[in-house]
Amino acid sequence: MELLSFGNTGWGDELFFATLMTIAVSIAAMAIGFLFALIFTPLKLSKNKTLNIIGNCYTTIIRGVPELLVIYLLFFGGTGAAMYVASIFGYDGYIEINAFITGALAIGIISGAYSTEVFRGAILSIDKGQFEASKVLGIKKNIQFYKIILPQMLRLSIPNLSNVWQITLKDTSLISVTGLVEIMRQSYIAAGSTRDPLFFYSVAAILYLMLTFLSMKLINKLEMKYSKGY
Amino acid sequence: MISIFPSLLNGAVITFQLLVTSMFFGLIIGLIFAILRINKNPIINKFAYGYSYFFRGTPLLVQLYLIYYGLANIEFLRNSFFWVIIKEPYWCAIIAFSLNTGAYTSEILRSAFQTIKKGYIEAAQSLGVTKKITFYRIQLPIAIKQSLPAYGNEIILMLKGTSLASVITIMDLMGEARKVNVLTFKPFEAFITAGIIYLFITFIIHNIIKYLEKKYGFQT
Repeated sequence: MELLSFGNTGWGDELFFATLMTIAVSIAAMAIGFLFALIFTPLKLSKNKTLNIIGNCYTTIIRGVPELLVIYLLFFGGTGAAMYVASIFGYDGYIEINAFITGALAIGIISGAYSTEVFRGAILSIDKGQFEASKVLGIKKNIQFYKIILPQMLRLSIPNLSNVWQITLKDTSLISVTGLVEIMRQSYIAAGSTRDPLFFYSVAAILYLMLTFLSMKLINKLEMKYSKGY
Repeated sequence: MISIFPSLLNGAVITFQLLVTSMFFGLIIGLIFAILRINKNPIINKFAYGYSYFFRGTPLLVQLYLIYYGLANIEFLRNSFFWVIIKEPYWCAIIAFSLNTGAYTSEILRSAFQTIKKGYIEAAQSLGVTKKITFYRIQLPIAIKQSLPAYGNEIILMLKGTSLASVITIMDLMGEARKVNVLTFKPFEAFITAGIIYLFITFIIHNIIKYLEKKYGFQT
């Protein structure tokens, strides 16, 4: 237990901040994932063949390759790509992209693919009559989307989004390979310097279990709140 | 691009071996724990639930590190004959992957067992079929057929999971891609080629499962 004390002698405070980092990366990744989902869901549902293929390619490829591959690609390739883009604009120095941004972006792209599927499923499960009714009432297409479809879509997708959140939370452990100090990286450092990997990885496992347990409780509450009246 | 292909294919073979071996053990573990989960004894039930909760609630990377770095820390394991197994990263990866996929498989099978219509079991009972035969000849085949689609997803998730083996020095497809990246400083070539190979394997698995579903699928 001494090893977990706060201050200079123990790893308690380091692990605490690492947990906060994990939460921060997960939330950032989830938000980025939403942005991707909001772009790609309409593409997947669109009647235009080309747009449809673009949307399908995104979800199929991202869900078919390992998460680690996306992270490595962004981590090793991102710097080169950023420097190439900068060189077009006449900047030739070395650019290093922040590990937090790369990590959140990589996990965000992955969770976006899952969120896209969730949103698509939710929209498809909305009764067709609602689209027709709003059309008959002369409601404009974009108002129909924002006022009628979007609220229902969000409510219907809460249970599945909670799965996406769990996946995202667990995927953030992979960012540790790029050196961002979150739970996994911090336990790796602690395990290395104290030579007690069993203890520190068990602590990491417990921290992750706590996070998944707490978020589960929170999401259940949200679900109860928004399914009132149904 | 062409010159890196052979080494990546070698890695793909290791990836495939890892996948098949851990899916095999995972299926056995999953089946055992699914049966424990539907057991009425609360202690056995809770134990099986705890197992699946732990392995589904923590990242695979933590489990892998716990087994690879953590188990080596225990003195008596190091002196026992288990050391032959857990000193090899390959077997550590297999243990971690099998336990992980076992937890997911047990959940898939459990839900399949629980959605079997009561009528089938009652019909068997009224025909005087013994409990054991009801389980092996009626419940088990239906549960396996019903869980095919979900199990297909699990195989693909596990294929992606095997890429973590590269973190503990195994030269699987991901490990080879990393090596190519380090040697040539061409991240895009290395990782995109590896990605295409992964997608190809995913595609094959997807189609096999689709075929099996068509052939053996169970409609209630």
